[in-house]
Amino acid sequence: MFNIPKKDAITFVLFAIVVLTMPIWLTPFGASYPALLQKFAIYALLAVGYNLLFGLTGYLSFGHAAFLGVGSYAAVWSFKLLSMNPVLALSFAILFSGIFALAIGYISLRRSGIYFSILTLAFAQMSYKLAYSVLSPITHGETGLQLTLQDPRAIDLMFIERGSSLPTSNLFGISMSGYSGFYFTAIILLIGFFIAQKITSSPFGMMLKGIKSNENRMNYTGFNTKPYMLTVFVISGIYAGVAGGLLSITDPLAGAERMQWTASGELVLMTILGGVGTLIGPVIGAWLIKYFENIFSAWNESVLHGFFAFLPDGFEDIVVTISSKFVGEGWHLTLGLMFVLVVVFLPGGIMEGARRIGTMFKNNKDKKPKQTSDSEKQSSDSEKGEG
Amino acid sequence: MAKASENVVLHVADVHKTFGGLHALSDVDLSIEEAKTHAIIGPNGAGKSTLLNIIVGLLPPTRGAVVLDGEVLTGKKPHEINQMGVARVFQTPEIFIDLSVIDNVMVSAFAKRDGAFKLRFSKSLESEKEINQRAVKILTEFGLDDKMEEHAGSLSRGHKRRLELAMCLIQQPRILLLDEPTAGMSRHDTNTTIDLLKDIKATGMTIVIIEHDMHVVFSLADKVSVLAGGRIIAEGTPDEMRASTIVKKAYLGEAS
Ligand SMILES: Nc1ncnc2c1ncn2[C@@H]1O[C@H](COP(=O)(O)OP(=O)(O)O)[C@@H](O)[C@H]1O
Ligand SMILES: [Mg+2]
Repeated sequence: MFNIPKKDAITFVLFAIVVLTMPIWLTPFGASYPALLQKFAIYALLAVGYNLLFGLTGYLSFGHAAFLGVGSYAAVWSFKLLSMNPVLALSFAILFSGIFALAIGYISLRRSGIYFSILTLAFAQMSYKLAYSVLSPITHGETGLQLTLQDPRAIDLMFIERGSSLPTSNLFGISMSGYSGFYFTAIILLIGFFIAQKITSSPFGMMLKGIKSNENRMNYTGFNTKPYMLTVFVISGIYAGVAGGLLSITDPLAGAERMQWTASGELVLMTILGGVGTLIGPVIGAWLIKYFENIFSAWNESVLHGFFAFLPDGFEDIVVTISSKFVGEGWHLTLGLMFVLVVVFLPGGIMEGARRIGTMFKNNKDKKPKQTSDSEKQSSDSEKGEG
Repeated sequence: MAKASENVVLHVADVHKTFGGLHALSDVDLSIEEAKTHAIIGPNGAGKSTLLNIIVGLLPPTRGAVVLDGEVLTGKKPHEINQMGVARVFQTPEIFIDLSVIDNVMVSAFAKRDGAFKLRFSKSLESEKEINQRAVKILTEFGLDDKMEEHAGSLSRGHKRRLELAMCLIQQPRILLLDEPTAGMSRHDTNTTIDLLKDIKATGMTIVIIEHDMHVVFSLADKVSVLAGGRIIAEGTPDEMRASTIVKKAYLGEAS
């Protein structure tokens, strides 16, 4: 159950080290505060789960924001009605996002390609709109769902007295805000990453890749592809639900804006930017986008003046004026340009860039003997398009 | 016409197919016998591929039915028909171009062992030794052992065909359908393919082969059906067909 191929085990250990030391190595980037660290872990988990669907099967879902939202609401309701325990809240997030994904997946997967995407988009937008209107007794509409002093919290109040201030989520006394909250989300991320590794390296993962490559061939080979698709859709939806639950655990306020389609769109960007179909790529994509959104967007002209202080005065002003268009509120511009560059020059995302650099170094090391076989591979690769 | 005898594996019973106003197949009745190679020849657009599409469940017939070992295939889904033992090589190779050559064959082997749907993610692919060994064995027999780790998409057209054939045979199907397996091949590759198909035939496989190349047909077939304009216009042994004036006409008609 817990054994994975050696290569995957090494990846996992390295990944765990990188994640758990984030508070240290993110310090020089000005990104080492708990609220942002938690977001890094949560959105990485979301992207890893999204990639199980999009990366392995090629099915592009615009509905994952809905599962994120369902997970958030389920967790807050678990706080309000039962207990501030995060594990209980996550269980409800898993349950409800799973049921939701099963229903939406069952219908959307009757179609493939663009029609599948549109169906998921329609369901997500419907959930978003309903959260503001018909469902507002559950979602509390525009105010968002929050804790109140009068919440029943049936389980908690059997053991402790009702306090005079709002409680925070805690795991047997360990608070889920601050750094301990980050470590909780980080551990959930690692569990999610491990499961994604297992799926990717299993026969099930191979079937999913087969569906992406040639779904018709899968059918003529004897596979009923629909239940495979539905399974991975639900798993992927549960990842989003857990991510939503974690957002509520670290900050118990759930709003419907999480369910808007732009949130799903951002998820697609993360995955493509980092590298579709790779395990690490979506994580990098998620971190980059969250970094831009939270840090880069806060840069202003005075930060830039500090940055370019070494330049001659007049020149410095020009450089600052130009570059200021790309930071602060202009961060979307930078991100957009980066996205365009990646898609045009590195269709495999940042991970492909890393691979290319890797091969470059390898080729430099053992120059001559390799060259012929490499050019052979190239020419046969270029044939790929046919058929 | 000889009706279903005991050793008929596949019976195409009075199949019609129309596309809008076009009669692609009319009154097609075929009996494919056990361990025999049955060739279907005929000019372009005669309806040969359409016939195979109906057998594998890609298209529903307008009328008539297809029966395998007494069980009606018509109305079943492609994956169900495959699970009952029908494997097909397409006119343009249908393989998993993004997977490695060995993975292509392993996927096929999983379908045979585990059925249409079975979730397996507690074990890794690496630990599926038995499936892996069978895949290596068949690729070696097919002369693809030096390409096992390559992307299937980077193979030459001939090798893609060969891979698709390996994917079909690892499933040990009841019947093998081949749609122009030598189209676009050099004389040399065609001869290698003929040898390969002879070996497969020698294992007792029941084969339906659609073929343009008369050399291939006469080397392999036990029985030949001639399809023209969606109808079977002649049927018999290769020698009978060679002598038939009807067949000559159909082919001369195409050539002009
Ligand atoms: N899916 C389809 N829709 C409409 N017409 C088709 C379809 N498939 C085949 N046809 C037509 O049916 C006829 C027979 O085609 P096909 O079976 O591919 O011929 P063959 O394989 O003998 O060359 C052709 O006229 C072709 O255009
Ligand atoms: Mg054809």
